[in-house]
Amino acid sequence: MLNRTLAPDFIQVNDINFIAPKAQQLANGIKVFTVNAGQQELVRIEFIFQNVNYDRAKPLQAVTVNSLINNGTKTLTAKEIAEKVDYYGAFLQTEYGADQTTITLHSLNKHLVSVLPIVWSIFNESIFPQQELDIFIQNQKQKLQVNLQKNDFLARKTFANAVFDNTAYGADITLEDYDALKRDDLVAYFKAAYKPENCTIIAAGKFEEKEFELLNQFFGKAWENHSPSTINQFSFNASSGEEIYIEKEDAVQSAIRMGNLTVNRKHQDFPKLQILNTLLGGYFGSRLMANIREDKGYTYGIGSGIASLKDAGYFFIATEVGTAVCSSALQEIEKEINTLKSDLVEEQELDLVRNYMLGSMLGSLENAFSHADKFKNLYFSGLDYSYYSKYIHTVKTITPEEIKVVANTYLDWNAMTKVIVGKK
Amino acid sequence: MVDFNRFTLANGLKVLVHEDPTTPMAVLNILYDVGARDEEQGKTGFAHLFEHLMFGGSVNIPSYDEPLQRVGGENNAFTSNDITNYYITLPAENIETAFWLESDRMLSLAFSEKSLDTQRNVVMEEFKQRYLNQPYGDVWLKLRPLAYQTHPYQWATIGQDLAQIENAKMDDVKAFFKKHYNPQNAILVVGGNVKTEEVKILAEQWFGPISAGDKYNRNLPKELPQTEERTLTVNANVPLNAIYITFKMPARLDQTYQVYDLLSDILSQGHSSRLYNSLLKEQKLFSDINAYISSSLDEGLFIVEGKLVAGVDMDVAEQAIWTELKKIATSLVSDDELTKVKNKTESVMVFSEMNLLDKAMNLAYYELLGDAQLLNIEIDKYLAITAEQIQEAAKITFQKEKSSTLYYLANA
Repeated sequence: MLNRTLAPDFIQVNDINFIAPKAQQLANGIKVFTVNAGQQELVRIEFIFQNVNYDRAKPLQAVTVNSLINNGTKTLTAKEIAEKVDYYGAFLQTEYGADQTTITLHSLNKHLVSVLPIVWSIFNESIFPQQELDIFIQNQKQKLQVNLQKNDFLARKTFANAVFDNTAYGADITLEDYDALKRDDLVAYFKAAYKPENCTIIAAGKFEEKEFELLNQFFGKAWENHSPSTINQFSFNASSGEEIYIEKEDAVQSAIRMGNLTVNRKHQDFPKLQILNTLLGGYFGSRLMANIREDKGYTYGIGSGIASLKDAGYFFIATEVGTAVCSSALQEIEKEINTLKSDLVEEQELDLVRNYMLGSMLGSLENAFSHADKFKNLYFSGLDYSYYSKYIHTVKTITPEEIKVVANTYLDWNAMTKVIVGKK
Repeated sequence: MVDFNRFTLANGLKVLVHEDPTTPMAVLNILYDVGARDEEQGKTGFAHLFEHLMFGGSVNIPSYDEPLQRVGGENNAFTSNDITNYYITLPAENIETAFWLESDRMLSLAFSEKSLDTQRNVVMEEFKQRYLNQPYGDVWLKLRPLAYQTHPYQWATIGQDLAQIENAKMDDVKAFFKKHYNPQNAILVVGGNVKTEEVKILAEQWFGPISAGDKYNRNLPKELPQTEERTLTVNANVPLNAIYITFKMPARLDQTYQVYDLLSDILSQGHSSRLYNSLLKEQKLFSDINAYISSSLDEGLFIVEGKLVAGVDMDVAEQAIWTELKKIATSLVSDDELTKVKNKTESVMVFSEMNLLDKAMNLAYYELLGDAQLLNIEIDKYLAITAEQIQEAAKITFQKEKSSTLYYLANA
């Protein structure tokens, strides 16, 4: 007879295998890392450029160059570029991050030879037409106006600015910043950033010798741009615990975002901090979710996270709660933080988190793309695969006492910057 | 190509297995053939609220999430107007835990009052977060009842208003479970590092003993053909004027469904598309412009929506949309334009095979459509489409008397 009250046997994840990429160089010295895996005849090629020459007076320079880089070259209009890429069923995406800017190409192998020349052209022959810039400015301003009416957007932006000031990590972008964009500045940034000596290529999918030769044929030759550049570097002062309240009279929910500067992936405590974060707010069964959503019903969701940037890390808690329970939610968050600092975690809860995190790590390695993503985390933090061995070892062996030490070292309610947008 | 094996248990549960030995993970996806369209007027939002309650403990297992996380698994679910879909990913070695949890909540729920209380609140907060506390958040709450007058697609999955969620009773919960959550009404897909023989044994063991239940025969009110133009104007505290035009289009299983999908791609997919180039880039009337389809199991919607550039007259903007719609209805698209959207569709399909969960969900959905094998021949339907079919679809669809338009205006 089947006993449905008894859980089936299970085992803890033991083998987690990472596929390290093959490191090569194009003829002009560009580093290429390739994860060749998978059955489908497709590839993802990421061209990654470090962000450079940050100017506080022109915070939109890098992101605008990234957005407009496929909007016109010496020989192709924006529409022609899009038509060619689309015709071959490819996807060309531009992504601006805090530290790097990425141009990602997804393509079926059979069309790679047709789409790579278009990508080469935008890195070398983009002209940033004034009319494209004008349209961009007008439409981005409209998007910003809409976003500024979203409490969670405003909370995120206000929090980042409070913690990171007007660096690239926290620039408080206004409508005026868009008006101040100048074509000459874009061209100058393009020439400084989009050059082979500032480029790293990461390719994943069915990427074999033939594909590497194609890449070398188009991108291993001389490039146009070589203006001097300095990679961005920032330093920050610790958060002071200020509370910023932005009242919205007709709000039915308040957005809460709070947190502080913390260590990043390069620091030896980072894996421990990730475990602490998971316990507090990093998964569905976390303490914040269990208390504030599943017990109290104050919110649709609450979570915490740690972000690792090149020059800093930060810890944050984010939620949107009913306005009537905003103060109660804040009290409960404080209580959960303080409990982690005062009480030892029960082994049963810690074991669950261990297994969850190992399963989650295993599940995050599903295909060639995800193996490449794992490598990126290491590479741009200057780490090697021993980081993941250490991470897995820490997840398996951390003790309740160590968790408490980490909580007392890195979590301090009074020092957290707290942003509330809505009503309290 | 997504390979699968298929069998049916004596109680009517359909089971599909997709073996993928390249991953150490497994997925268990269960689709229940019930959505917001199966709700009654006055008790809307119920299918979705019920989805939340499915995580509140089952008859023999007090907590659903905890034991799953303990074996390294994760889960989630979504509800649409047509279906409710639950999925688990976990290390393949622990797949039996997924069978244990999923079968027990098909057997019966715990029906705890505490869980109902909490999830009513959680769903009301979800309602506020996604529909009330966002600029333009309530658009679909307005647009659905404009486009549909009798069919239950007239309400959104979240429900018509907060009060109906607040008033949900335990008796309603129990009745809903009995009516829809039984083996005959579900499709189970197991994928990843599993073997069909092993899945057969586990399925028989855990799901086999569940009684078949009563068959639910869907008999929804039919929407009458629309013969008059409908409009609605809303004023709200938003920064920009916006317009939403909807047209009726064929149901998902109609043989012309794919024609409409390509039609929307030609109009609006990416920066080479017609609406983007004509209305946003050249005429500079919109800062955002999109066309897409609702992919509904019953008669669906073809939607064109845009946010106007500040200072642009609504009549001018609306007329410009209609000019583009009339153009595609009166002249053939070029070979290159048609090839482009076909190639893009092919790419999207190949890329979706990179993801185990996507594959499992797709198999379940196509099985609901009638046969999971349809997934593997879907691309052929797209590749066979002609320019004449695109024009014909545009001609019969883009007519004023078949349109419903929402003008969403910024308060002065």
